[in-house]
Amino acid sequence: MTDAAAPRRPPRPARPPRPLDEGWREFVTPEGVDLRLKIASFGERCGAFILDGLIMLGVLIAITLLLLVLQLRANFTYSSEAAQVTWLLGFFLLRNFYFIGFEMRPGAATPGKRAMGLRVVTRDGGRLTANAVFARNAMRELEVFLPASFLFATGLGVDAGLVVLGAIWSGVFVLFPLFNRDRLRLGDLAAGTMVVKAPRRVLRPDLARDGPALVGALAFTEAQLDAYGVKELHVLEEVLRKADRRTVAEVSTRIRGKIGWEAPLEVSDMAFLGAYYAGLRARLESRLLFGHRRADKFDRP
Amino acid sequence: MAELQLKSHRFRAEREADWRRLESLLSRVEKGGARTLNRDELVEMPVLYRQALSSLSMARAISLDQGLVGYLESLCTRAYFFVYGTRSRPLERLAGFFAYEWPAAVQALWRETLVSALLMVAGGVGAFVLVSRDPDWFYGFIPQALASGRDPTATTAFLRDTLYSKASAHEALSTLAAFLFTHNSQIAIFAFALGFALCLPTAGLMIFNGCMAGAFLALFASRGLALQATGWMMIHGVTELFAVTLAGAAGFSVGWAVAFPGERTRVDAAADAGRRGASVMAGVVVMLFVAGLLEGFARQLIQADAVRLSIAAASALAWGLYFYLPRRARPA
Repeated sequence: MTDAAAPRRPPRPARPPRPLDEGWREFVTPEGVDLRLKIASFGERCGAFILDGLIMLGVLIAITLLLLVLQLRANFTYSSEAAQVTWLLGFFLLRNFYFIGFEMRPGAATPGKRAMGLRVVTRDGGRLTANAVFARNAMRELEVFLPASFLFATGLGVDAGLVVLGAIWSGVFVLFPLFNRDRLRLGDLAAGTMVVKAPRRVLRPDLARDGPALVGALAFTEAQLDAYGVKELHVLEEVLRKADRRTVAEVSTRIRGKIGWEAPLEVSDMAFLGAYYAGLRARLESRLLFGHRRADKFDRP
Repeated sequence: MAELQLKSHRFRAEREADWRRLESLLSRVEKGGARTLNRDELVEMPVLYRQALSSLSMARAISLDQGLVGYLESLCTRAYFFVYGTRSRPLERLAGFFAYEWPAAVQALWRETLVSALLMVAGGVGAFVLVSRDPDWFYGFIPQALASGRDPTATTAFLRDTLYSKASAHEALSTLAAFLFTHNSQIAIFAFALGFALCLPTAGLMIFNGCMAGAFLALFASRGLALQATGWMMIHGVTELFAVTLAGAAGFSVGWAVAFPGERTRVDAAADAGRRGASVMAGVVVMLFVAGLLEGFARQLIQADAVRLSIAAASALAWGLYFYLPRRARPA
């Protein structure tokens, strides 16, 4: 009877343990390179949605005012009907096709999303089809307009109870993104999409070459350079790029103490850190070429 | 070259020009679309993209400069979405949608369509029987605002008049058509979205929709106006009810996929059903546009029962043939 006991489905492959920096997601291109996308946070998406809502409201008010003005100016028989038709169709198009239209463009983002540096991608790395965009936005009826209708509903007795139950039920859909790892809302689930951060970055100067100090002006011994690993190097890079005076002074004191630096000549904190960064990177990178990647300072060589 | 002492320095110096070139092309594309590129630049794009990708892999292996790796990641992501993004021409897509995609999606949902139609018919028959037995049931099915005087207390003459009311002037018809189209489309999209909640709300909506039609018909039938009322309702109703049925079917398919995903994961099943349902729904909006025109214009302009009924029959035939006539598969 081993057959009956066998599971119906093949067991799922065990998930790798969660990385410490949550919110990053693997995204492998057909060329086999992982682009590592960052999932947009709930707050960012709310911000984008509020922006879009404000824009839609603004457009609606503008259309209404324009039509009113036109009606007052041109006072012939068809104008009022034409205005009504325009308003009805305009409202419908805005409510349903504002999101769809913008997300089908190459940028795959509404103005609100673009302002927050977000875009829509498919979860499997394939093309974002018109169908997927339609599906993810049609679900908005369930997530926004249904709860809103319960919000404005009134009732007495049993009806009131039903309204409360309905509000709780529809609240599940609103808060759905908070309860999964990829911050998917229902629309994303129904369309196989997700929203990621896609900021534009500029290429910044290489600190080890064009940094604040001339490379080689200060010489460090190997023992001094072996005090830290890659993780500390990255922190140091951030400190140097931000160049906040107090942080630089603090970090500089810390490092001087740790490596037992006795100043042969007086150097500024910034110059000292720049030189140490260049030296540490040269040391770590050359070891990297030999296959030793020293993760952090606890990773003894 | 004393200052290029690090491997990562030399690596960056050799490739930086190509990255900058890709970046400038991408900035142009993101602003003005693919049209802003000439032929040579279009050919150059994938090559630059692959170079940037290999640079990224390399940078991750040999460089510890986070600024560089971050820049390359962002550059490659932007280029990836251009190279693998949607690029078919809109007109071609539209033609393909009506010729192949939409009918195929509707055909694939035949089971759900059947269920959806049966629910609606069941609602209609149930309401018809109930209202025929006891006219008070009418108020349970039809909201006061929608009835606008057409209830069991109305006179037969009044009811007959509502069937053949002419709009006061032609211009009122366009407003009516626009209102009906937007209102019905919103309900259809809502029915689709509700399907996600495990089908039940959509089923309720379908039954209720049938109930309203059944209650109206029962009221008119009790005054011997059954045939006339059928013509009045079905001239647009065939198209409209079919569209709503399809919207319900699309909703059912999503809800079913969420509840019973079968061999696939729930997320994959939902995404597949959602995309197919969306394809049906895009067509449903078009159908409701046609229905809006029929209801807003044709019903008011055509007063003869026979013509109304024959339009209803013709539209049923046309939609049936369009969706379910076997056809060749889409050429690849």
